[in-house]
Amino acid sequence: MPRDAESDIRSLVEPDRVHRRAYSDPDIFEREIAQIFEKTWIYAGHETQVPNPGDYWQFQIGRQPLVMVRGNGDEIHVLYNRCPHRGVQVCGSRHGNGGDALTCPYHAWRFHYDGSLESVPLEAGYRDTRFAANKGDFGMKRVARVQRYRGFVFASLDPRGPDLVEWLGEARVAFDDICDRSPVGRVEVVPNCFRVIQRSNWKFFMENQLDAVHPSVTHMSTGYAAAEVERKLKRETGSQPLHYHYLSAFTTPFEKWDQLETAGYPYGHTTLGGYMGLRPSDPDTLAHEKILAQAYGEQRKEEILGRNIHHVLIYPSISVQSPLQQLRAIRPISHNRTLSEIWHFRLVGAPEAIYRRSLWYYNLVNSPATMINADDLENWQRGQFGLSSDGGDWVSFHRDYGRDTDANGELHSTNGCSELPMRAQFRAWVNYLTATE
Amino acid sequence: MAEHITAASGADLATYHDVSQFLFQQSHLLDSKRWQDYIDLFTEDGLYWMPPAPHYTTWDGTPSIFIEDRDLMTVRMKRVSHPNAWSQQAEWATNHVVSNIVIQGTDAGSGDLLVQSRFHMLEVRRDDVRHFAGTYQHRLRKLDGHWRIASQRVDMVNAQAAYEYVLQIWV
Repeated sequence: MPRDAESDIRSLVEPDRVHRRAYSDPDIFEREIAQIFEKTWIYAGHETQVPNPGDYWQFQIGRQPLVMVRGNGDEIHVLYNRCPHRGVQVCGSRHGNGGDALTCPYHAWRFHYDGSLESVPLEAGYRDTRFAANKGDFGMKRVARVQRYRGFVFASLDPRGPDLVEWLGEARVAFDDICDRSPVGRVEVVPNCFRVIQRSNWKFFMENQLDAVHPSVTHMSTGYAAAEVERKLKRETGSQPLHYHYLSAFTTPFEKWDQLETAGYPYGHTTLGGYMGLRPSDPDTLAHEKILAQAYGEQRKEEILGRNIHHVLIYPSISVQSPLQQLRAIRPISHNRTLSEIWHFRLVGAPEAIYRRSLWYYNLVNSPATMINADDLENWQRGQFGLSSDGGDWVSFHRDYGRDTDANGELHSTNGCSELPMRAQFRAWVNYLTATE
Repeated sequence: MAEHITAASGADLATYHDVSQFLFQQSHLLDSKRWQDYIDLFTEDGLYWMPPAPHYTTWDGTPSIFIEDRDLMTVRMKRVSHPNAWSQQAEWATNHVVSNIVIQGTDAGSGDLLVQSRFHMLEVRRDDVRHFAGTYQHRLRKLDGHWRIASQRVDMVNAQAAYEYVLQIWV
């Protein structure tokens, strides 16, 4: 990166505030795509999205249209979805199965699931050409690196940089927490992906996920509406379904949120402690606990259920709510548009009731008819509008600034409402954007 | 399919007219934002369901875009009616057109009338226009001389497309 570009990036981020251009400047966005999304580890999908040989699922990293393909065994490949012949997209559905070989619809070039060339028609016509001499180059290009952690597949377009596990660091807890709640340590995807476009810069989403001040403000309407009906049900029937609590919990006052803890890690990952009382003592939960105790022993079970993680943000592409088995991935489209992909997972071997409970969260909070994200997306769009104006240059991240502890590259706060997650993310943002290699 | 055609042609004109008026009135309540009146069209155990894709045969244990009984519909109504429902500050309006009404027959067990129709809904929000279209499948029950909705399944052709913003209210 040229020196003036580097100093430009550094000039946008101060420890307690960020210049609005970080959100509103299309040139900055192009640099983010090149320096962050097309370099670091980005979420591809879950291995159970492609259970059988030849199964594929399309997704995007930065500007690159990719396809995640299951090989003949356990292996999972991530390929550029492009035929080396004339550039045509080989896999045409969002997801499907490639049959015996991935086949280009234009001239029937065929590829093994790992992308290598299987055959071309009229091969004699290539005799003595550079094609014949370099057949190995005529496969669908594979991305530089594909690695998995507990079934969650990540890809990197850059061969350099830390391995996935090292890069995830403490944020691994997102996947440990979700998988350990299964007595066999595995989750499988619920085969449905909700997709919603946010009319805002991708960082609005990243910052919002651990922003503990916004829920009781942004989601006040739903929180109060759900609490009202929840009280009515309790009055009439003596009990209320747990899923009402998923909505009424948004009325939780600031003071309670502030009792949570936040942490920020190198590479921009951040965590927020739990708050929803997601370890109730109803019969379904107790049945689940019993299964976990049988599988892991009492002590290990307590370690697993005692983690108290509400939300983990794995910068820059996913937000994981492990106690509810939800994952949201974002795919930036432009500086003011972001696609989100929303998934739900089933704990293999856990009681059906645990799945159904979290399914309510998926339906009520994360579906395209969400009663929660409706107000988030509205706020972020209005934020994008404001940051495109000349009404002011800076975004404030001052709350609890100066009270974070900072050791070994980790930031910690005992204030759940601290703007630590935003400060931690921008610290990583500068590192990504100014990296020389 | 042939059975459906037989059943449809067998429905008497008065029922067809009656059901058509009911469906038109339902759309009118939505377009007029008369939420409580809309909810009151549903039976006490009525359900509004929008599956994520046409192949879903039950909402029970599977993901849904909407799955709401009258209580959850009431949450949604109270949410959009709350003065601090920020997303409602944007001016918005809808226009539904319902057509292709087919009376498929009567459910032998419940006696409910099974009705399929097609809808097209245009929404204006701020300066943006969105279109949603698809199929309604109603189970209608006559109570005290009035049709009520025992269940309404909504299959949108847009269901799996990426949503520009979200759906705030029933389609």
